[in-house]
Amino acid sequence: MLSFVLKRFISMLITLWVIVTVTFFLMHAVPGSPFEREGKALNPTVEKNLMALYNLDKPLAVQYVSYLKSLVQFELGPSIIRSPETVNDMIGRSFPVSAKLGFFSLLFSVIAGIALGVVAALRHNKLIDYVATIISVIGIAVPNFVVAALLIKYFAVEWKLFPAATWGTWKHIVLPALALSFGPMAIIARFTRANMLDVLTQEYIETAKAKGLHPAVVILKHALRNSLLPVITLLGSLIANVLTGSFVIEKIFAIPGMGKYFVDSIYNRDYTVIMGTTVFYSTLLIILMFLVDIVYGIIDPRIKLYKKEG
Amino acid sequence: MEKLLQVEDLHVSFKTHGGEVKAVRGVSFSLEKGETLAIVGESGCGKSVTARSIMRLIPEHVGKITKGKILFNGTDLVTLPEKEMRGLRGSQISMIFQDAMTSLNPTISIGEQIMEGIVRHQKLSRAEAKAQALEMLQLVGIANPERRLKQYLHEFSGGMRQRIMIAIALVCKPSILIADEPTTALDVTIQAQIIDLFKTIQQKTGVSIVIITHDLGVVAKIANKVNVMYAGQVVEAGTVREIFYQPQHPYTKGLLESMPRLDLDRDTPLAPIPGSPPDLFAPPAGCAFAARCQYALEVCRNHQPAYSSLGTTHQVACWLQDPRAQTVYPLQAAK
Ligand SMILES: Nc1ncnc2c1ncn2[C@@H]1O[C@H](COP(=O)(O)OP(=O)(O)O)[C@@H](O)[C@H]1O
Ligand SMILES: [Mg+2]
Repeated sequence: MLSFVLKRFISMLITLWVIVTVTFFLMHAVPGSPFEREGKALNPTVEKNLMALYNLDKPLAVQYVSYLKSLVQFELGPSIIRSPETVNDMIGRSFPVSAKLGFFSLLFSVIAGIALGVVAALRHNKLIDYVATIISVIGIAVPNFVVAALLIKYFAVEWKLFPAATWGTWKHIVLPALALSFGPMAIIARFTRANMLDVLTQEYIETAKAKGLHPAVVILKHALRNSLLPVITLLGSLIANVLTGSFVIEKIFAIPGMGKYFVDSIYNRDYTVIMGTTVFYSTLLIILMFLVDIVYGIIDPRIKLYKKEG
Repeated sequence: MEKLLQVEDLHVSFKTHGGEVKAVRGVSFSLEKGETLAIVGESGCGKSVTARSIMRLIPEHVGKITKGKILFNGTDLVTLPEKEMRGLRGSQISMIFQDAMTSLNPTISIGEQIMEGIVRHQKLSRAEAKAQALEMLQLVGIANPERRLKQYLHEFSGGMRQRIMIAIALVCKPSILIADEPTTALDVTIQAQIIDLFKTIQQKTGVSIVIITHDLGVVAKIANKVNVMYAGQVVEAGTVREIFYQPQHPYTKGLLESMPRLDLDRDTPLAPIPGSPPDLFAPPAGCAFAARCQYALEVCRNHQPAYSSLGTTHQVACWLQDPRAQTVYPLQAAK
């Protein structure tokens, strides 16, 4: 087990290093600079001093090495645009907001997605199945900003059930979380339905029936569990889905989360913020995917993550 | 002897997009206590459907028993309410399937899969259920039962898996065990062990066995009676001796000739039956085997043969055996 974790840890570090490197050089390859506003350049002397202040006048390779050095100490550096605030401060302040939004979106998409998928499979080719399929197709095809706009129009503007934007009470979470969870929910529903239909045709379901078990026991104990196990493998990519979706949703609902900073930093060429948020998101995703693997290995007896010694 | 199970004129059909598949067309047989009945025949002839009909395991929207009776201790299972049928499944009548690898749940421990039947039918505590499960594992020849109970399907070999299936089926001490090709997926040596296990268990528990197979070697080893099925019908039924030594139906003879035999010269070619079984969407009006039968007469193609009795236990559905058929003497005798 220990050597397995160690191996995974090293491969996680390598992945992260590749991400950092690629982002770093791509970012600098894009034209523009943090000190440029709508094509208007600053006074050349001021710009030169600023460049020197943020180490931007050094060769790229030197900048890269010094960035890696500070990264190893978990220092993401000062924001160029919002100085004197550091990137660490920004993440510390905004991440809890994004995490809360992401958590509730994921929770809703998992619960609703599984419920929809299971009901559709049990009522295969009946009305509910078709309705669930239509919901899934819409959920996968319609971008979340459209869903967000519709939710705002009806639930906030017309029926005044929830606030249209900003952050604060639990009521503020509902609409953005729903908008964000629609796509993942649809994916989970489709996947669950397909798994469930497959499992229901397995011979061990017949064996369970042949024992005289009640149909509810057959479904809950023998079918549901095995059709849900693979859903865990989806979680990794769904978390990524929710993370990237949150950039747009946070912008629409004016939520002070990380997504907004991330998007703004790209517009502004705020190099340290681009790097900092990218590194943070990547690390988060890599760790979560690792956890998903571990959890899957614990829950599914067939999966052995590591070889037992002896 | 009392009749434990009596199947009378059973008809089973499946609804498919192409129409109605008449998978079982008038099967009758009986099973007595402690007896072993083998059902043999080419694949697709309705053996499994017959077995699953007895267990009432064919979902209503897929297929239906359209006619006939299945009397178990005098109760007709065809009309029995589902709830009562569930009470019999696994406790009075149990079933074993061909491939234990796919017929056991891969993510539930073996122990739990054995115990859930006991808990369901005998309303025992988990500790008592566990004691019975251990006893059962021992009976089917699994060493270290205490440790094995906690393991999962993938930790067992093919033969062990089939033993576990048998343990699950027998744990509630049923009076009938239906085994659908229980050895087909196994190596020859393991096959022999499993067949021996069936025999031992039958001696110990007195369970009646219906074994479905297309392996006549298995039949010879274990069965008392044999039903030969073809295209959804029993074409010949008799004791093992009668079927092996005095087969009367051309199909039975064909099956025996297509089986490798130790007592014949290695070079004697096997004789597979030419042709293939009829389409069950529209079964022929006459004998279903007529199209492949080298003795077929005009009457065979147009009229179903009735059963002719060749003794108290031996029956055959063939026009050649019909009492009205002309007796034909072999050429030498005619001299
Ligand atoms: N679920 C089903 N739907 C349609 N036809 C079926 C179904 N199950 C079995 N059949 C048909 O019933 C016939 C008998 O099948 P089966 O009893 O499984 O044969 P076997 O003798 O090999 O066990 C086959 O022709 C098969 O096509
Ligand atoms: Mg079969």
